[in-house]
Amino acid sequence: MSFPWANHYNPTNPLMKWMDEKLPLPRLVYNAIGAGYPVPRNLNYFWNFGVLAGFCLVLQIVTGVVLAMHYAPNSTVAFASTEHIMRDVNWGWMLRYAHANGASAFFAVIYVHIFRGFFYGSYKAPREMVWLLGVVIFLLMMATGFMGYVLPWGQMSFWGAKVITGLFGAIPVVGEGLQHWLLGGFAPDDAALNRFFSLHFLLPFVIAGVVILHIWALHIPGSSNPTGVEVKSESDTVPFHPYYTAKDGWGLGVFLIIYCTVVFFMPNQFGHPDNYIPANPLSTPAHIVPEWYFWPFYAILRAFTFDIFFIPAKLMGVMAMFGAILVWFFLPWLDNSPVRSGKYRPMFKWFFGALIVDMAVLFYCGGAPAEEPYVMISQIATAYYFLHFLVLLPLIAAMERPKPLPFSITEAVLGADDAAKLAAKS
Amino acid sequence: MMYRLIAPVIGLFFALSVLAAFVSGAYNAITEPAQPTAEKLFHRAPKELKLQSDGWAGTFDRPQVQRGYQIYKEVCKACHSLKYVAFRDLEELGYTPDQVKAEAASWQVPGIDPNTGEANMRPGLPTDYFPSPFANDTAARAANNNAVPPDLSLMAKARHEGPAYIYSLMTGFASQDGYKNDKGQELLKLFPDAKTPQGLHFNPYFANLNLAMPPPLANGTVTFADGSPNDLDSEAKDVAAFLVWTAEPNLEKRHQTGWWFILFLFFATGLGYCAYRNVWADKKH
Ligand code: HEC
Ligand code: HEM
Repeated sequence: MSFPWANHYNPTNPLMKWMDEKLPLPRLVYNAIGAGYPVPRNLNYFWNFGVLAGFCLVLQIVTGVVLAMHYAPNSTVAFASTEHIMRDVNWGWMLRYAHANGASAFFAVIYVHIFRGFFYGSYKAPREMVWLLGVVIFLLMMATGFMGYVLPWGQMSFWGAKVITGLFGAIPVVGEGLQHWLLGGFAPDDAALNRFFSLHFLLPFVIAGVVILHIWALHIPGSSNPTGVEVKSESDTVPFHPYYTAKDGWGLGVFLIIYCTVVFFMPNQFGHPDNYIPANPLSTPAHIVPEWYFWPFYAILRAFTFDIFFIPAKLMGVMAMFGAILVWFFLPWLDNSPVRSGKYRPMFKWFFGALIVDMAVLFYCGGAPAEEPYVMISQIATAYYFLHFLVLLPLIAAMERPKPLPFSITEAVLGADDAAKLAAKS
Repeated sequence: MMYRLIAPVIGLFFALSVLAAFVSGAYNAITEPAQPTAEKLFHRAPKELKLQSDGWAGTFDRPQVQRGYQIYKEVCKACHSLKYVAFRDLEELGYTPDQVKAEAASWQVPGIDPNTGEANMRPGLPTDYFPSPFANDTAARAANNNAVPPDLSLMAKARHEGPAYIYSLMTGFASQDGYKNDKGQELLKLFPDAKTPQGLHFNPYFANLNLAMPPPLANGTVTFADGSPNDLDSEAKDVAAFLVWTAEPNLEKRHQTGWWFILFLFFATGLGYCAYRNVWADKKH
């Protein structure tokens, strides 16, 4: 599970020795995120985001569990109980703002984490499993975020739930029945709110479980790095502790400064004003929009306005929206360039840039009203999105001539790597 | 090897389908260009409003919020509830516990007669919440041209640019005759059908330009004991300031706590950065 030169756990304290014999948990931690885990020495700050995501998960669980002690999942009082948290629970306003903006922070961090993977080819062998588990986590996060947003039972909660569960109605034959079964009724109400709360409480712990698998799978080959060249010798690595604990530590500080600025000085910036209006099934908001982190996919959903043969437009939209994420599962096999890092891929680099712009356009259109020109713009952007992953990436891999790679991480960092060259000769 | 073929086929399927949608959308846009609506051309964004509660160090201007409370009590409460605010909360505005008790007692709230068990009205207690002016939504509709006056507790957070919106709405009632937007277009000339229906009131800051609320404030609607200005503009600002407080009573505490957090985090992050430099000092990376 590690490189031969990894430090070994050697407890000297009798209590730790005793513990190591009975339950080697400290040993596990030492080997996983301690001095016993050798990590490439050249990681840049994009590699901080996994730890930040882990922090966000813990933050959401801690704030969420306390919120759940005061929240009431009943459609007649859910809105009032949220206001009770904001006004009467000690520090309740802070908990709620921390949790609501914690969800935003979590997604912001995860998007950077995912795009890091896109650029540096982190999804490629031997880390396919790490990537696949990551996509599972992302899907679970989306489900959790969606159901969480329903809980305060404001106007956007209600209408968001109605629109998103309505998507299942697009499935032929069984759709409508499935939708009513999921909601426990014909429209979102008590039954839906209660099950959403139950699942919203459960899923973060499922996520935590998948995160453990994600990290386990990562520790088999170890982290990749900005050159994409695998670790060859001891001089390529440093022990995780203290090197990366120190780097992650101060990175966490920077993250917290930004996060606390939002929580304390602009806590409603990422929310929608309509969610401060209690849910009203008789009054449809002028524009129903989900939270910002769903916007790119919401734009894809709404881009399909035209029936294709026997497939109704709505069903196409639903398939495309889910397809847009499911395609990530196939990424390790779609992009089969032997070079991992985008740094050494002159052609890929440009298309990666185009994908960022494309996602930004989709993001903007997803948050805009479903009117022209936004719909037409998102149609072009949606077309590029699918072409990028399913047509262009395989083509680029076949056509591109990558730049020469450094011999090793050590060479990339120090300019020369005597040890590795000698080893290669013999 | 099959997937080498399947992937581009799926990719092209989605891309071409959405491009077909694009073509049909573009065709529609050209053949039947969208007609601008009266709301689109004549709705106004809120005017600018500056309050002491704005910004990173914002606090409540207590005398102003108290004036806003007086306006709520003398005007708005005839139609609007304030159901998430309790009388005890008024202490935060600088009233003493005895003043709050007296204030609560000056309101009638629903109660139960201790002798007969029948519903009645009794003087309020500090623990009571502000009572609703109407028994239920049906009664509210009946009295307000079929519109329910919304609860005002959260109004300042429930609209885009809430405080400025409230201020603009209060001061924005206008006569429709000859009304022009900033581009000089005249509403009734362009949209003769947009005439405000009987019982509604024209206000370009309201989303669909006509609302069921009659102008609640005018110059001199309330008189302040300390002689503060009571022109329409000042009253509108005061009531907006009051509704910022009802929507976010913890605003001051939030700002103060925030500063401590940020200060501590800068300190801790600075230390963390030094530790990081120290640990990596001997490692090129
Ligand atoms: C005569 C009854 C009446 C009085 C008095 C009154 N309102 Fe209203 N108000 C209404 C009604 C009715 C509506 C709903 C309008 C509609 O939806 O068409 C309303 C709506 C509003 C809205 C929401 C507009 C929107 O965007 O939906 C605000 C804000 C408001 N009132 C503020 C006030 C304030 C502040 C006062 C006191 C200065 C006040 N009102 C006094 C009847 C009243
Ligand atoms: C992956 C982790 C999580 C995400 C992304 C997430 C997301 C959200 C979101 C977006 C909301 C709506 C915020 C609002 O408008 O107030 C919410 C509310 C809520 N969440 Fe979570 N959450 C997570 C974890 C948890 C956990 C672990 C719990 C409890 C065990 C929890 C309990 C609650 C409760 C009780 C509410 C409703 C109270 C309120 O609206 O403030 N959440 N969550």
